[in-house]
Amino acid sequence: MSNVSFVRTEMLPEQMPPGSSVGFIGWVRANLFDGWLNSVLTVLSLAFIFYILSGLLPWTFQSVWNAASLNECRDIMNETWGSTHGHACWGVINDRWLQLLYGFYPPYPATPTVNVGDGTGLLPAFFRPNLAFVLLIVAVAPVLFTSLPRPLLIVSAAYPFLMPWLLWGGSVWGPLMVAAGFAIGFFAYRILHDIAGGLVALIAAIVLPIIWWMFLASVVATGLESIISISLPEVDSRKFGGFMLSILIGVVAIGCSLPLGILLALGRQSDLLIVKSLCVGFIEFIRGVPLITLLFVASVLLNIFLPPGTEFDIILRVLIMVTLFAAAYMAEVVRGGLAALPKGQYEGADSLGLNYWQAQRLIIMPQALKISIPGIVSTFIGVFKDTTLVSIIGLLDPLGLSNAIRADAAWNGVYWELFAFIAFLFFIFCFSMSRYSMYLERKLHTGHK
Amino acid sequence: MTTLTDPPKESFRLSMLIYDTRYRSMTIQVVAMIGFMLLAAWLINNTMTNLATLGKPVNLGFLTDRAGYDINQRLVDYSNNDSHLRAAFVGLLNTLLVAFLGCITATIIGVLVGVLRLSKNWLVAKIMTVYVEMFRNVPVLLWIVLAMAILIESLPAPRAFRGAEPEATMKLFDTVAITNRGVYVPEPLFSNSLGNIHLFGSSSLRFDLSVDLLVLAIVFGLSLFGIAKVNARAHRIQDATGDRPKTIWINLGLFFVPSVITLIALGFHLGYPELKGFNFTGGTHMRNSLIALWLALSLYTAAFIAEIVRGGILAISHGQTEAASALGLRPGKTMRLVILPQALRVIIPPLISNYLNLTKNSSLAIAVGYMDITGTLGGITMNQTGRELESVLMLMGCYLLISLSISSVMNWYNNRVKLVER
Amino acid sequence: MKKSVILGALTVAGLAAGAAAAGTLDDVKARGKLNCGVTTGLVGFAAPDANGNWDGFDVGVCRAVAAAVLGDPAAVEFVPTTGKTRFTALASGEVDVLARNTTWTFSRDVDLKFEFVGVNYYDGQGFMIPKDLGVSSAKELDGATVCIQTGTTTELNLADFFRANNISYEPVPIETNAEAQQQFLAGACDVYTTDASGLAATRATFENPGDFAVLPEIISKEPLGPLVRHGDNEWGDVVRWTLNALISAEELGITSANLEEMAKGTNNPEINRMMGTEGSLGEMLGLDAEWAKRAIAAGGNYGELFAKNIGEETPVGLARGLNAQWTNGGLLYSPPFR
Repeated sequence: MSNVSFVRTEMLPEQMPPGSSVGFIGWVRANLFDGWLNSVLTVLSLAFIFYILSGLLPWTFQSVWNAASLNECRDIMNETWGSTHGHACWGVINDRWLQLLYGFYPPYPATPTVNVGDGTGLLPAFFRPNLAFVLLIVAVAPVLFTSLPRPLLIVSAAYPFLMPWLLWGGSVWGPLMVAAGFAIGFFAYRILHDIAGGLVALIAAIVLPIIWWMFLASVVATGLESIISISLPEVDSRKFGGFMLSILIGVVAIGCSLPLGILLALGRQSDLLIVKSLCVGFIEFIRGVPLITLLFVASVLLNIFLPPGTEFDIILRVLIMVTLFAAAYMAEVVRGGLAALPKGQYEGADSLGLNYWQAQRLIIMPQALKISIPGIVSTFIGVFKDTTLVSIIGLLDPLGLSNAIRADAAWNGVYWELFAFIAFLFFIFCFSMSRYSMYLERKLHTGHK
Repeated sequence: MTTLTDPPKESFRLSMLIYDTRYRSMTIQVVAMIGFMLLAAWLINNTMTNLATLGKPVNLGFLTDRAGYDINQRLVDYSNNDSHLRAAFVGLLNTLLVAFLGCITATIIGVLVGVLRLSKNWLVAKIMTVYVEMFRNVPVLLWIVLAMAILIESLPAPRAFRGAEPEATMKLFDTVAITNRGVYVPEPLFSNSLGNIHLFGSSSLRFDLSVDLLVLAIVFGLSLFGIAKVNARAHRIQDATGDRPKTIWINLGLFFVPSVITLIALGFHLGYPELKGFNFTGGTHMRNSLIALWLALSLYTAAFIAEIVRGGILAISHGQTEAASALGLRPGKTMRLVILPQALRVIIPPLISNYLNLTKNSSLAIAVGYMDITGTLGGITMNQTGRELESVLMLMGCYLLISLSISSVMNWYNNRVKLVER
Repeated sequence: MKKSVILGALTVAGLAAGAAAAGTLDDVKARGKLNCGVTTGLVGFAAPDANGNWDGFDVGVCRAVAAAVLGDPAAVEFVPTTGKTRFTALASGEVDVLARNTTWTFSRDVDLKFEFVGVNYYDGQGFMIPKDLGVSSAKELDGATVCIQTGTTTELNLADFFRANNISYEPVPIETNAEAQQQFLAGACDVYTTDASGLAATRATFENPGDFAVLPEIISKEPLGPLVRHGDNEWGDVVRWTLNALISAEELGITSANLEEMAKGTNNPEINRMMGTEGSLGEMLGLDAEWAKRAIAAGGNYGELFAKNIGEETPVGLARGLNAQWTNGGLLYSPPFR
């Protein structure tokens, strides 16, 4: 009996993988120097990065922060580095950043009706636009993040009326009375629906608020204002500018275009020929022309289209045209959401005996809109970026302001710093939103697979 | 006994217009139509009243007036004695030019970046990600203005080329001058030129077509046709006998010889740019405004196209790659022969809308002084004549026409490559 | 003032508001603010500072009108307009007066239906070149690349000038002064052409102004002045005579320093009529007696405005030249206050 065995009975101890395929070196080999082509690419990329950074970093960081004019900047540069080339003059941002953010919006709007002096020191500067922005986030959050408590939706409902009041000021009763119009419509529908039937209720729900807005609201608002005066000092919309203006245009356009876009999308999907062709015509027209031509319409034609004597300022006109523009794109996004719903959902709604609007409200829209949120966010990013176009018609958005700043004798000749700052802010804003939209897409994806 | 009777014929009642589903849709449509027409009438009425008050009734007569301004970038002949309509036509061609160039380069860069973003090389993939995010999240107007500023600031002015020891020299054996006024490249010239065909007489749409180029195009087309014939014959022989005759030399000959002979016959030579007076003269001048706009629009749109391409490639199931590897195809060939053709179907519809966006964004040319149709008709003409309504409406009409033609051509193509489902 | 923006928009969208039958003067008084169209920014003529306060020569005219009509030089809402939007802004009633270095031309006056109320700056189109170009006359500019601002009369003048002299050029159209300056400094164009005042203002801000020269040729007449809408003569008169008051004040020696003294009454009847101590000129205009005094107090007389914003002491450094009083050989000649 020999104890010789040709089969190994115990396992060899596991060995560490070779040093060249694990850890940092392994990673580098696998990802950067895998074959000669990749190696060449890596070396080229490294050279490219080095080239970019060697120009950019000194420019960004060997720079002048405290200077009141470009000439002062140049003097400091000449003193410190001996040349004015390759160094940024961030003094212009230091000097004008509030203007780039808020335009000419007064930090403490003057002459409040509730007399608290000029408000200086009582509240932080720019508290109104800042508050409006914070409230915007609070109002949008429950819509975007479903895990947040539902009562926050009250803020979302109140925001459309609160925001104009905060930004433009004036009596609080104005926006409240406008809101009251919606309440009137809602209750008219509720009450009349049981008494007189759906159609009468629907007509009343449309006509009554219009009558209220046209004839009664301003009277009641004036009356209430004379009894209990709650008002913020008024700020003219010409004072709006900078990033505040961009955000305002973006938010208002998306907010207002959502209902409009839903209606257009439904119209486009409907089998009523005339309604469908009207909607298709509108959508294709708006999508077929560049935004700049629509802004030309806002700046030179809208007043011609309206009754003689009507006059409202350029910012409102731009808001109207950008809203129409966004509505056409929104309609396409919502249509995509509608098309993505399985047919069974429509059939299910029919088999429950729901009528068209009930089916839309209870079954179709909640799902379609949920699917559309990433699309809506990217439409918003697009509109937000496109707000820079208003500089072409003379509004002072960040890009327009950069021209106005250069027209000041102190800063004549400053380019890169302003562009860099503006691009940086746009990037931060849009990038974070697009990340959110991606997160949402992933979340929705798992739900539907 | 019971008799079967027809149900009583329902008489038409007004309420049926609302409650009967057969008629309701009709009612809604009529109401919508009336509403739309009322709105249109209201707008038109307002416009007429307002224009009458301003004393500017709608009148297209201004289009035939002398324009009085010059346009630097033009594809057809134009001088300040021509009409506003001619200026608009020059602008329209400029719009089409930059849109065409932009779409081509955006596609090339976009596909390249989209594929490289999926590269196994970590560094390359990351650089491409940074590029895509940077361009997607900053307004295109800013990129256009920046591109222009970079070109102006970083390139040498023509006067830097002057003197015994110039600061800047011409590139590529003294044939190409890159200045901050644009790039001057050699232009093709024909010493035995056959002249031009003048189309549309002396109207505003007149157009000169070079016979030389026409002849060249025809000869080249015939060559391609010949090559196709040769290949078809080779195929037939291969199918019949299994042996493919060698066609490469015949094809190469067909490709080059007729064209070269034509070129020699026409007396082809290059006109080189040279510094004369204030500027370079001779050669083809690609102005900075065009280059900046072209560059910014293509880079911006390419970032979007890259994402579409990446999405399209990722949408192809991994099994396709594995199957291709099993067949022994190398990664490059897998991409070219298996993945991309399939991804194309997913890619094309969003690609169309990006082409449309690029065309529409070309209207921002106004920011760098490129005289596209927004710059001529919607800019200087509108300004000098004060005819806002007519100019803006015509401008919108032009863009609408361009957009609709692009989308119909691309949709036709999309329908052709679409997978036929059974 | 409008109660609320939404309310306003809703009402506007819903109903046809009555035509604005009231005159601009009444509108301005009712509003308590003057809407004044200015450029989006031109050194010395109109530019906002870090606090958003507008300042400049054109701005001074707006403030004087506001002071005359409303009694407060600060009661002005400045509306920045581009070359493209300025006329529509005025025609549509968005602004009451346009003070945006706008050239008085036949077609603007007659065809576009505006009323130029006077000239606050006599300008002309000139050329600026880098000195090392070695050019001493505009006629030597054959083949040059020329930067022009679009939407102005300058591009038409330029085309006419080169055509008349039978020389060629390459235009580089540019939207704003700032961009034109960038291109010119970088050598992307050989010549920059715009109003001579604009050239001086631009040159003043260069790092080395001495390297650049303005050519002697002035190729056009550019009378720049404030304008109002056609057909509202009362309002036109107010703006016209406010401007005239500023000009006359300099001629008569009324400055912001001696204004109070002059207003007490002098031996010169014309001064007294202007200051409202004699006659009823203000009443005829639909204003009160002290309108002209307030207009002058707002920023000083014409000469003071000129010196403060664009005069030789400022970075812009313009000499009075044609814009001197007629008594000093210039063109400023205000009709008498009688």
